[in-house]
Amino acid sequence: MFDYESLKLIWWVLVGVLLIGFALTDGFDLGAAALLPFVGRSDNERRVVINTIAPHWDGNQVWLITAGGALFAAWPLVYAAAFSGFYWALLLVLFALFVRPVGFDYRSKLENTRWRKSWDWGLFVGGVVPSLVFGVAFGNLLLGVPFQFDDSLRSSYQGGLWQLLNPFGLLAGVVSLSMLGLHGGTWLMMRTEGVIAQRARQAARLLALVFLASFIGAGLWLWLGNINGLVISSSFDPAAALNPLGKTVVQNNPGWLANYGHYPLSKIAPLLGILGAALAFAGASARQGGIAFLGSSLAIVGVLCTAGFALFPFVMPSSLDPASSLTVWDAVSSKLTLGIMLVAAAIFVPLILCYTLWCYVKMWGKVTTAHIQDNQHGLY
Amino acid sequence: MISETVVDLSRLQFAMTALYHFLFVPLTLGLAFLLAIMESVYVMTGKQVYKDMTQFWGKLFGINFALGVTTGLTMEFQFGTNWAYYSHYVGDIFGAPLAIEGLMAFFLESTFIGLFFFGWDRLSKVQHLAVTWLVAIGSNMSALWILIANGWMQNPVGAEFNFETMRMELTSFSALLFNPVAQVKFVHTVAAGYVTGSIFVLAISSWYLLKRRDLGFARRSFAVASAFGLASILSVIVLGDESGYEIGDVQKTKLAAIEAEWETEAAPAAFTLFGLPNQAEQRTDYAVRIPYAMGIIATRSLDQQVTGIKDLVAQHELRIRNGMLAYGLLSQLRAGDKSAANIAAFNAVKQDLGYGLLLKKYSETVVDASEAQIKQAALDTIPDVASLFWTFRIMVLSGFLMLGLFVCAFWASARKNEESKPWLLKWALWCLPLPWFAAQTGWYVAEHGRQPWSIGEVLPTHLSTSSVSEGDVWGSLIALAAFYSVLLVIEMYLMIKFARLGPSSLHTGRYHFERAPAAAPGAQPTLA
Repeated sequence: MFDYESLKLIWWVLVGVLLIGFALTDGFDLGAAALLPFVGRSDNERRVVINTIAPHWDGNQVWLITAGGALFAAWPLVYAAAFSGFYWALLLVLFALFVRPVGFDYRSKLENTRWRKSWDWGLFVGGVVPSLVFGVAFGNLLLGVPFQFDDSLRSSYQGGLWQLLNPFGLLAGVVSLSMLGLHGGTWLMMRTEGVIAQRARQAARLLALVFLASFIGAGLWLWLGNINGLVISSSFDPAAALNPLGKTVVQNNPGWLANYGHYPLSKIAPLLGILGAALAFAGASARQGGIAFLGSSLAIVGVLCTAGFALFPFVMPSSLDPASSLTVWDAVSSKLTLGIMLVAAAIFVPLILCYTLWCYVKMWGKVTTAHIQDNQHGLY
Repeated sequence: MISETVVDLSRLQFAMTALYHFLFVPLTLGLAFLLAIMESVYVMTGKQVYKDMTQFWGKLFGINFALGVTTGLTMEFQFGTNWAYYSHYVGDIFGAPLAIEGLMAFFLESTFIGLFFFGWDRLSKVQHLAVTWLVAIGSNMSALWILIANGWMQNPVGAEFNFETMRMELTSFSALLFNPVAQVKFVHTVAAGYVTGSIFVLAISSWYLLKRRDLGFARRSFAVASAFGLASILSVIVLGDESGYEIGDVQKTKLAAIEAEWETEAAPAAFTLFGLPNQAEQRTDYAVRIPYAMGIIATRSLDQQVTGIKDLVAQHELRIRNGMLAYGLLSQLRAGDKSAANIAAFNAVKQDLGYGLLLKKYSETVVDASEAQIKQAALDTIPDVASLFWTFRIMVLSGFLMLGLFVCAFWASARKNEESKPWLLKWALWCLPLPWFAAQTGWYVAEHGRQPWSIGEVLPTHLSTSSVSEGDVWGSLIALAAFYSVLLVIEMYLMIKFARLGPSSLHTGRYHFERAPAAAPGAQPTLA
């Protein structure tokens, strides 16, 4: 149906779609959890926040799980090198994510105040840490990751968690944390009312500004700083089964900006990031939750596309041995596997979108403190 | 050379997190269907008590489900964090079922679980029932894809080694899908899950009956659980894993090990009921043997042999020598000598490449391994016999104890006299841990029995790990153990608290702890 080269490109798009799906849906769960202590002061208010996401967070989290599975299946080398290389960063995310399923389900099962406050802290950490670490990881992709392969394609990594926390990585972490926090804020504006929606609005306005400053700042850093991106310097056949070590790579792509010169339309992505956040800010200022949420959603799409476009065709550049860098051409599975997975995705992704939408429609409406008080035992 | 400590610690971590995950999974699998059955009865009959049953057992389901989700995340991360070389080497095949699991099953289960809990007032009766069924179907489909992935580790069909990319690549998706080991495992595992759900409901309902409270509620739960449980335990035992043991070399080795079958006997072989396997001297002390039984159980025939361990070791030694040739040819191919003759020679022996890789433990270059190292590698192909022998027997014994319980419970429930049989109710209560014993020992048999391979005959476990430090794995192992212990304590506390509270936790005003103390225990006229 498709040749190998097209399949490789399609899977680059599909991994992107899954990551964007995760950031758009679970993004507001993470953001709302990160805002929990600030927008909800009393127990009842916090339960309102939690119950706006209660019916959906589990389904939303599956975007992450499926993105992980797709990475494993479509880009096994990326999955292997990234997960073992970012060992402690990934475990940190894992431990933070641990708290969410149990936190949501167990928190309101007991009346005890200390019990509930402890879970609130857990949910807060479960929202902040993954949002931050995902951004730090992306920032470090742009800097290059200190890994390499031996000739049996066993990856090794030099460095630890602390090296990831460099200034540019942390700035990328702020981009992602403010972006998802903003998304949580605009979500809560739509789904709550009164004082909670008011606080969510303030948070969204503030985070939109933080996001704009950090996102533009990261762009300027790439443009003016001395971060040097990679280009493949050897000729290769993109339709062949390639071994990553078979190519040569040079550092000749200042700030990873080359693609934006080659493909002018790709500049839409960073623009979308900026305009989306501006729209979110305007929507929040005008107390229009729906518009603000649309804005934060567009910003998310813009940011992830910005990073993906800049790196293309690289997905995991190596700072230790540039030839070990993984690209959409040589990190991929066999043609048969990519084809079968494409069929599965073509059937199931539209289905998933339909029934997910149905669930949101069924559960739509403002969650109010009165509703929480009337359902002390049935709700989270 | 790869650090043996990293390999051992990574294995320990995987075993711990996988077994821990499987404390929650079987209950989810079984309880989901029980909820769907209870709610179906509610929708068909309109009796409120069946809705209460769905909601109360659903509450316990939720407490269990949360930890199932939590611990499932670890499983997905762990292949990448700790088994990176495995992920590269077989990701082309192994990754696909995991990704499809997400798309086909996990989304379904996880999207609708929220509506199951929170959609009661927002959906029509039939819509909510459909949601409950979709959760049950989703969770079971998820088991299907995971077991297709696991079945491939035991019997890696439909794949071939590609020396250009240095990995296994898929050649036939249908072979992966219809792998007989995967099919048998799926039936065995989900049916074991149904048994777990049934025992859970049966044991707790029995406790209410013993305490003589919420009788109408407990009696109906008891009836549903005993009927569903009887059908399920029969599937587990009759359609069980047993028939899977003749497929593929790894399964044959596993069978020989769990039966401590050192010699190949004339068919039909005798079954060793009990004994003390002695691996160093390759014999079983104090064996109690039943003539013919094993030949009949394992091969379903009177004339097929069950290959003994000593013969398997001899066969494996030959394959290791062949694997050394394959590894030598692969090195030449990798060095650039890609002549047609070389490729043909490699293709002729590459099915034994994995056996050659077993020598990596002793010799980096493989081809210059000594005779003693080859002999040792051949002995390594047999997993630890004594522990497999005993865990298998614990699993089977648990299964038969549960079969007895379900037969009696179903009989009593059909004759509506279970309340007058306190011995039966106590037996049911004491059986509560049995499905977990069976599931945990069963997975030990399945996965330890696969050693020394992570992918049977293809990739040895000790080559599969990540290039991480001992300190890293110690750190993650300790952190996971600490997290998991705390979470388990919390989960058990809530589970016991809500199980004790019973349907009163629904706050409907209809149940034991909410009614005036004067009300006679067991009287629930409105619910009849």
